[in-house]
Amino acid sequence: MDGTPSATWHGIVAAILRQNDVRLVTYVPDRVLAPLIAAVEADPFFTAFPTAREEEAVGIVSGGWMGGMRGIVLMQTSGFATLPNALASLACACQIPLVMMVSERGTLGEFNLGQAMVCRTMRPVLDALGIEHHTITRLDETEFIVDRTIRQAVATQAPACLILSPLLTGGKRFSA
Amino acid sequence: MSAAMDTLHNAQVMNRAALTRRLVAKLTDQAVIGGIGNTNFDLWAAGRRPENFYMLGSMGLAVPIALGVAIAQPRRTVIALEGDGSLLMQLGCLSTVAARGPRKLIIVVWDNGIYQITGGQRTPAAAARTDIVAIARASGIAESHWAADEAEFEALADRALRTPGPWFIAARVDDKPAVTQTERDPVRIRDAFMRGIGSRA
Repeated sequence: MDGTPSATWHGIVAAILRQNDVRLVTYVPDRVLAPLIAAVEADPFFTAFPTAREEEAVGIVSGGWMGGMRGIVLMQTSGFATLPNALASLACACQIPLVMMVSERGTLGEFNLGQAMVCRTMRPVLDALGIEHHTITRLDETEFIVDRTIRQAVATQAPACLILSPLLTGGKRFSA
Repeated sequence: MSAAMDTLHNAQVMNRAALTRRLVAKLTDQAVIGGIGNTNFDLWAAGRRPENFYMLGSMGLAVPIALGVAIAQPRRTVIALEGDGSLLMQLGCLSTVAARGPRKLIIVVWDNGIYQITGGQRTPAAAARTDIVAIARASGIAESHWAADEAEFEALADRALRTPGPWFIAARVDDKPAVTQTERDPVRIRDAFMRGIGSRA
């Protein structure tokens, strides 16, 4: 790593969002997502802000897209688990290209059983709803996966989910 | 007792369909997000407008969807029509609206104290005599008001359409069922809305 933004996963993601004109970023915070949140909040290109709940973030980005502004929702695994109704009855039913990015908790060194249990629901829910999802594990694949997923979501008017594996981000470590 | 509570207790019980027609009669190019159930059935009955989005699910998200449209199109006034039960599911969105401060967002809440479409069960807020206008004001939306009667509703709507918000207007309404139901074709509704507000040619 040479320390430039593009050499980090979050630097790559911020650059690809910008290239694809994804300006609206709503999120419920997460430790792993913190550097990406800091980057988009510091850049006036983005309109980035927190919501009280993930459903709200989905509603805002869906409304933003209908109004002509592309967006993305950032959350962690447990936040995704609050979303099936909003995804099924808004994004899927209305064919809205809602792009989500989920920091994956609950696997590869998880220390919280609650997180480990909820993690098991994420991919089955995405599969049940027919939502395309990709898990990013490698820095050298990040640009391709994020860019192509955004393009396909917009082109096919379908929601999509990008899962950030601890293999990419390092995850959250137990520090007792 | 707070001033807001006095107003709640003094507010007349009005008819949602009649108030919806009064509101729609004032509109030109404003976007309207109709919350699920009777709220958007009455919006549908008040006359089809291409600038209307009729929700068919995602209970509680009328205000967030309206906020998203308002962020994407800051020059257009956006109105969220929502029921009290729906809002109760997503009260945190009032803080988000207050934090963003969209000047052209108007939230209108029809408060009948019941989940009308599921059989008229009372909401916990009705049982507790919760004041939703007080919640909105305490969340940071300064222009939060009860409409005591039809004339005050009209006056508040006129002010909200002309002066910077965000605005929160609540009206107590009766339990009369909606006169019709919305067409249930979500893709068509979404596409018509996008064309209606100029996002799509």
